[in-house]
Amino acid sequence: MISGAEIVIRCLQEEKVDYVFGYPGGAVLHIYDELFKQDKVKHVLVRHEQAAVHAADGLARSTHKVGVALVTSGPGATNAVTGIATAYMDSIPMVIISGQVPSYYIGQDAFQECDTVGITRPCVKHNFLIKDVRDIAMTMKKAFFIANTGRPGPVVVDIPKDITAAKCKFDYPKDVQMRSYNPVVKGHLGQIKKAVQLLLGARRPMIYTGGGVILSNAAELLTTLTRRLGFPITNTLMGLGAYPATDPQFLGMPGMHGTLEANMAMQHCDVLLAIGARFDDRVIGNPENFASLPRKIIHVDIDPSSISKRVRVDVPIVGNVPDVLAEMIKLIEAEQGKIEIGDWWKEIEGWRSKRCMRYKPKKDIIMPQYVIEKLYEITGGNAIITSDVGQHQMWAAQYYKFDQPRRWLNSGGLGTMGVGLPYAMGAALANPDLQVACVTGEGSIQMCIQELSTAKQFRLPIKIINLNNRYLGMVRQWQEMFHGSRYAESYMDSLPDFVKLAEAYGHVGIRVERPEEVEGALKKAFIEHKDDLVFLDILTDREANVFPMVAAGKGLSDMILAEDL
Amino acid sequence: MRHIISILLENEAGALSRVAGLFSARGYNIETLTVAPTEDNSLSRLTIVTSGSDEVIEQITKQLNKLIDVIKVVDLSEAAHIERELMLIKVRATGKDREEMKRMAEIFRGRIIDVTDSTYVIELTGSGPKLDAFIQAIDAGLILETVRTGVSGIGSGDRILKV
Ligand SMILES: Cc1ncc(C[n+]2csc(CCOP(=O)(O)OP(=O)(O)O)c2C)c(N)n1
Repeated sequence: MISGAEIVIRCLQEEKVDYVFGYPGGAVLHIYDELFKQDKVKHVLVRHEQAAVHAADGLARSTHKVGVALVTSGPGATNAVTGIATAYMDSIPMVIISGQVPSYYIGQDAFQECDTVGITRPCVKHNFLIKDVRDIAMTMKKAFFIANTGRPGPVVVDIPKDITAAKCKFDYPKDVQMRSYNPVVKGHLGQIKKAVQLLLGARRPMIYTGGGVILSNAAELLTTLTRRLGFPITNTLMGLGAYPATDPQFLGMPGMHGTLEANMAMQHCDVLLAIGARFDDRVIGNPENFASLPRKIIHVDIDPSSISKRVRVDVPIVGNVPDVLAEMIKLIEAEQGKIEIGDWWKEIEGWRSKRCMRYKPKKDIIMPQYVIEKLYEITGGNAIITSDVGQHQMWAAQYYKFDQPRRWLNSGGLGTMGVGLPYAMGAALANPDLQVACVTGEGSIQMCIQELSTAKQFRLPIKIINLNNRYLGMVRQWQEMFHGSRYAESYMDSLPDFVKLAEAYGHVGIRVERPEEVEGALKKAFIEHKDDLVFLDILTDREANVFPMVAAGKGLSDMILAEDL
Repeated sequence: MRHIISILLENEAGALSRVAGLFSARGYNIETLTVAPTEDNSLSRLTIVTSGSDEVIEQITKQLNKLIDVIKVVDLSEAAHIERELMLIKVRATGKDREEMKRMAEIFRGRIIDVTDSTYVIELTGSGPKLDAFIQAIDAGLILETVRTGVSGIGSGDRILKV
């Protein structure tokens, strides 16, 4: 007989969990006691529970493992909610263990009691409140199973303190059967055949893929299929790296800040193959406008509810993306004929020749786009790049050319400022051989700045690229464009001296003020200070805007290009 | 369009609030909702009456299916089915209204199950619209109280919703 707390840890060991990100408190003391007594599962003490969940999420995004976080009851759990909702919106596999007040106190407004299961219900794939020590093992097994199968997502396991003290026999179940959850789906062969016929007959085809391709590790199959077909392809913000960005078939990112060629091809294609993507409003713009053009849509997704949610689909294929892609490749390989889409490519090259991503350098002022281009060069395009939310996020997505999956981590769905540094922590721990950089803004970085302390404790050599424009830039851009340049509260006053701040936490801080200093500073950070956390505070053009842009609610072809070109 | 959606659900704490929460979070409407365990105590059967365009109903069934505690979902209104709802309605019954009320109850095959010298409680079973019709048919000023269970539904003949 062992305690519930020990069972929890044994379950984590069985699931081969390397790192748990957490923060202790009364309700989880028994669990921490058991963590202390072993060394298989390593604990990373963050400085705020939100960061625990983000860091575990960053680990999951960069590796395909389930991210695990551990928080106490009440404020520990409520602090974790932003992290959970962020993971939920991007379908990230996670298990979050929260302590709860003793079961016999539940409902009595006990000290640090909150209805964790109730609060998290709308932002988890599933959650559990354990009421019996004998249920812990099976519940943990189910939690990992649910989190990492089908359309992945976070699962919360809430465990009252008395249950972690109670004892029983431990037996980790080999597998789980749930009559209400059977996630493995092979695509319907008839539908796949129909899709292939449509693709082969297309004159103006387009491939559009999202986070689902990354999550299901289908990037290689996608590349094979796309090369074989010779079709143009776009990856969404969540899908960057699924297809090599340096390949000529890649048209860049679609959507609100997508390229002209990607958006025009999305609009004007005759057959659209959508894979693991959800026709998000930031991607297709106004759905009525999008639907008003005649094109046949094939949609491959593991989640039936993603299909025909915002846009009517002609050939729905519910299935695990790699299985469906493998089947498609088999069918296409058997075909002899060559697909003639030369005219379509000519049209696309016409759009491409507009070079919508050009920007005007300034002599004395650092352009943010330039920083990302240099970052790309100096890291050889191989780093894991995390970002926060705002203009810097869009510039990173636009100018860092991701050739591999799981190298670009950002909060796409919820758009959570503050994820950048904790994502980088999770990624750095799980990928010690890769360079990790966090592209952020002076607004976002302050939302989880306390994690500089965690990064010190665990010696994480993250490079923070702070594109410091002294504005909440993305907010300011919208105010400039849609609110008569009234910059209501988008100005960042009383900024800390980030160099000194970094040094106070024991890191290296470097301020960069002139364009000609950028390259040297990046080299210093990545080469000279390879093993240190370096905070590069880069003063960038204050009022640079992100272009191209499709205003909210507008059609995709209604693009605003950089005005001063 | 009005739809009757039937759900087989794990009979577990919180399962009902997952369903109810889904409807409010996604802005779907619930006209009625009934729930009780089935002959197998580990299962609950839920009937929800809702309305919406075909697209909305399609999303509702897909989203319900995504809930881990949901085992099966059918839209009963897609094919032959039977629906029943129970209503208890307390009416003022004095003077000539006493006879009239009794007659109306008979026409609608209701039963008077509680009688005082000034009130009746009428029990009425039928489809939701039939109960609506009864309320329409009687003098609104005489209605003191109504309690409705919400609709329960079942497929007809071989249409069986089981694990
Ligand atoms: C937690 C949170 N609060 C508010 C917002 C709204 N928001 C989106 S972008 C942005 C500005 C971000 O400023 P900064 O981090 O300095 O980046 P910049 O846009 O200047 O590159 C804000 C406030 C958000 N996305 N997340």
